[in-house]
Parts: sequence; structure tokens; C-alpha cells
Amino acid sequence: MTAHLPVLQVIVPLLAAPLCLFLRIPRLVSIFAILVSFAAFLISCGLLSQVLNHGTLIYEMGGWAAPWGIEYRIDLLNGYLLLLITGVSTVVLVAAQSSISRELPENRHTFFYTAYLLCLTGLLGILATGDAFNLFVFLEISALSSYTLIALGNDRRALTASYQYLIMGTIGATFIIIGVGLMYMMTGTLNMHDLAQRLPEIYKSKTVLSAFGFFIVGVCLKLALFPLHLWLPNAYAFAPSIATAFLAATSTKVAVYVLIRYIFSIFGIEFVTTSIPLSEIFLGLGLAGIFAASINAIYQLNIKRLFAYSSVAQIGYMILGLAIGTQLGLTATLLHMFNHALMKGALFLAIGAVVYRISSSQLNHLAGLGKKMPWTMAAIVTGGLSLIGVPLTVGFVSKWYLVVALLDKGWWPVAVLVLLSSLLAVVYVWRLVEWIYFTPPRIILDEVEEAPLSQLIPIWLLVLANLYFGVDTRLTVGVSKLAAQSLFGVTP
Amino acid sequence: MNILGLYNYWIVIILILIGFFIVIAHENLIKKLVGLTIFQTAVFFFYISVGKIKGATAPILDDRWQLYSNPLAHCLILTAIVVGISTTALGLALVVRIQEAYGSIEEDEIQTQDTQDQLECQLEAYGPRKQFLTKRI
Repeated sequence: MTAHLPVLQVIVPLLAAPLCLFLRIPRLVSIFAILVSFAAFLISCGLLSQVLNHGTLIYEMGGWAAPWGIEYRIDLLNGYLLLLITGVSTVVLVAAQSSISRELPENRHTFFYTAYLLCLTGLLGILATGDAFNLFVFLEISALSSYTLIALGNDRRALTASYQYLIMGTIGATFIIIGVGLMYMMTGTLNMHDLAQRLPEIYKSKTVLSAFGFFIVGVCLKLALFPLHLWLPNAYAFAPSIATAFLAATSTKVAVYVLIRYIFSIFGIEFVTTSIPLSEIFLGLGLAGIFAASINAIYQLNIKRLFAYSSVAQIGYMILGLAIGTQLGLTATLLHMFNHALMKGALFLAIGAVVYRISSSQLNHLAGLGKKMPWTMAAIVTGGLSLIGVPLTVGFVSKWYLVVALLDKGWWPVAVLVLLSSLLAVVYVWRLVEWIYFTPPRIILDEVEEAPLSQLIPIWLLVLANLYFGVDTRLTVGVSKLAAQSLFGVTP
Repeated sequence: MNILGLYNYWIVIILILIGFFIVIAHENLIKKLVGLTIFQTAVFFFYISVGKIKGATAPILDDRWQLYSNPLAHCLILTAIVVGISTTALGLALVVRIQEAYGSIEEDEIQTQDTQDQLECQLEAYGPRKQFLTKRI
């Protein structure tokens, strides 16, 4: 049984998704989805502990040996992310039932859970697989189901947002298969490990270079790197709140993982740094993204859209960590992936609770809610503080490591810019605080109460995780460091 | 290796560019999807060209043949075709819903309507206060 954990991780949600359609009764489906997601979480715990004890796990699909068959390869990096994704997904699903019943008509509940589990399958598959083409297939599974999740939103703008995401996402995915095709043409293999061994002989080839170019552009579309982020703000703003919480916490992180995997495990860091000035490109785009998106966030009226822009900015920080190109920089990126998932999960769930109570996510409708929904608002503020990077929150830990890595590289002007950009985060979070606590209500709030416990518990679970991992960094920093070391090929 | 000898790759590149151009330049949502499909199909052609070896046959073992084409590229593309079809189907379904919701499938008209919605929200937030003190649920 334990030998089959890598495949069970993906198969369990994959098989559960169509089963949802047979269960039909919304309440039953929701409990079933929580159980499935929790099972996936337990499996990922088992996987991570196996990886920590015995090193990389290799699973040959159907018993076919690696270069011919598809292989699943779990190392520290994806073991750690599998744990994160399944954990966040479970917590989000606990809050889903009540939130969905308010936001979606009853006949669509089952479809929502089906799409959700399929999306989870896709994300877990991307993480677990060790095959370049298989990765594309899972990428499309997760993408297609997230288009569906987004289109389920109430507002008609959800439809156009989903359409736009579909167009851009498909272009990104097609670029990725062009890259895979070019590499297959040169090496005759699709297995990532095998590719990594065969590519160094043909580094000079222009085909490999163009394969790499297609990859980078394709993946950057998927991870919404500025200026390829145009699909993201509307998609997050108009999707059902639960879908936003799930996607914001997981999908872009997984895309960043794909980028890291390709750069470090397939092409190798020497090729990447010597062939094209990727570091400079990432530095420029990362910084531009941080500033442009943070400034945009300040002017948003819809809080979901506000935090969506802030997500684009946070992706800028992750890319900045990659641009540094040192072990410390990669550690900072990995840490921020984990920490940002916790922040955005908590924030979007809290916004989901607001939407549950007042059926709106407009900033002006939040006025006066500080008294009516104190716990939810406290969660939003704590999440906001974490985004700014206030000490004792996870945001501080990852920014600290990022700044240390920048100083270590000698890029102190960039470090100063990173700190300045935190001030922009202060501005948009303060704007929120001002509306919530210091503005008289704009709509009648007499009957508004605190969010139900089924939502408050998951929200605060994530908020407390924000605080806990901000103080006790042994797990996050420890695993990130080890993963970064192994990606740089240094044996610990 | 002369340039004309690689004509299949030239066709692929031309098709990719045509598809990409349609996606970017056209306002009509259906036309955009058509462009996307052309773009994807060009990539399928590319994979199939890669697998073909001149003078080789299908990979069925037989004494009369020495050279076999690579079948794996075709298998991969079968998967990619399935993905492509589902994307197109989902895209078309979305266009139907967009037509129902907006009464148009032209991007500029949809955008005008969206901007109108946005302006109303802003007026509500920053405009005169008492007028909007209404109940929402």
C-alpha cells in the first residue's frame, strides 16, 4: 500500500470527481469531497515523511520502466508542495458548503464539487509526475476545470473572465507542448530525469534554446507573470468565493513549481544562466510586476480584485527570488510559495464569509462591518498584515529571506525597492482598514451577523497557520532549504 | 539541409502565425476560438512531422522493412487532440452563455457594457451617501 502512495495521491481525487455526479445530494457530495481531499492530505503527509526518511521516491506507472513508461517522482520539492495543496484544499472545502449554498443555485452544487476535485487532481498530477508530456495533460485538466469553476460565478463578468482565461491559458499550454515537442525531437525522450541527462550534450543547439524560450513564455502565462497577468484579476474577482480561495492559494504556486522544475531539474541552472539573460528578464519583470500590480491594487473597489492584483505582485516576489539565481534566492521563492498560499487562502476565505453575509465584495459595502463581523474582519486585517510583511507573520519570514538573499548577492538597490514596495501594500491594506473600521455603514447592516462557525473555523485555522509559521519556521524554512540544496545539486 | 526540404515545418510555422494573429486581432469571440483551433492544429502537425522518417513504414515488425517511423508522437497528439476538443467545446459553451448574458459576442461591445457596470459601482461608492443606503440581502 505505502509503495503505491505516489499514484494514489492523484488517482483518489480523479476517481472521486465523477463519483460526485452519482451522489447528487449536495450535502452528501460536500462531505464526500471533504473526505476525499482529507484522504489526499493524509497521503501527502505519508509521502513527505517517506521522502524525508528515504530520499526521492520513484513510481513506475503500470510497471513500465522509466524512459518508456510514465514515472512519478516525488522529491522534497514536490512532496512539500503536495502537502501544501492538499492541506489548503481540505481547509477550503470545509468552508465551501455554506458559502456555495449562498452563491450558486442548488442544481450546480454537484458540478462545482466535481470541477473542484478535477482541478485538485490536475494540480496534484502536475506536482507528482516525472514526465514532461504527462505534465501538460495534467496542466490542461486543472486549467479546464478552473475555467469551469470561474464561469460558475454569479456575475456575468465571470463568463468573460473565464473566456479570457481560456484563451490565454490555452496559448500558454500550447507553447508548453511546442517546447516539449522540440525537446522530444532532439532527445527522443519525455522523461524529465532522462531529459536532464541527455540535454547537456546538445546545449549549443538552437532547437533546445527555442524549446526553452517556448517553455518560459508558456509557463509565465500560466503563472500570471507581469505583463502576462491580464487574465488573473477578473478571473479571481468574479469566480465563486470558494473557487477564488482555492485557485489563488494553489494554481499559481503550481505554475511556479513547473517553472522551477524546468529550470533546475531539466535544463539545469548552467544552461539557463549562460544561454539567455533570464536572470535580468526575471528581475525586470518581477520588479515591474510588484510595483504595477501593487499600485493597481490601491485603486480597486472590489476587494476580491484588490487581492487578485496583490497576488500578481506576490508572484513578482517569487520570480525575484528565482532571478537571484542563488540557493538563498530559491529558498526565499519556495518559502514565499508556501506562505503566500496561507495568506491568500485565509484572505479569500474571509472575503467569502463577507460575501456570504452581505452578498457583495465591494469595498464600500464593507463599511461598518468591523462591529458586525469582528472575527472575520480581524482575519482580513491579519492576512493583510501578513501581506505587508509585519513581524510575527509568515509574510515577514519570506520577505526577510528574500532581502537577505538580495543583499547576499549584492543587489542592495533591489532590496530597497522590495522594502519600498511593502509600503504600497501598507497603503492598500490601510485603505481596507479605513473602510471596515472607520467609515459609517453605507448599506443597512441590522441583520448582518458574524459568519457561521463552519466558515470561521477554516478561516482562523489558516490565519493561525499564518501566525504559527511566522514564529516557528522549522518546517517551512527547513524543508525549503533542503529542497533548494537538492535542486542546486548539493548533497546535504 | 535546404530550406525547401523542411517545407512541413514552414507550413506549421505559417499556420501557427495565422492562428495566433486571428486570436489577437479579431473581436468576435467565435473567430478567436477558430484562431485558437488553427494554432493548436498546427502544433499537432508539428508533432506528426517529427515522428515521420523518410522511407520508413508503420511500426509493425516485418522482414521486408528496416526503417520504422516513430509512433509515439502520434499517440501524444491523440491526447493533445482530446485536450484541444474539450477546450474548444468549453470555449463555445462559454460563448453561448456570454451571448445570453450580454446579447453580443463582440469583444468591444461586451467591454462597453462592463465599463458601464464599473462606473455604476464607483458612483455608488464615492457619490452622494444617503441615496444609496439600501438593504442588500
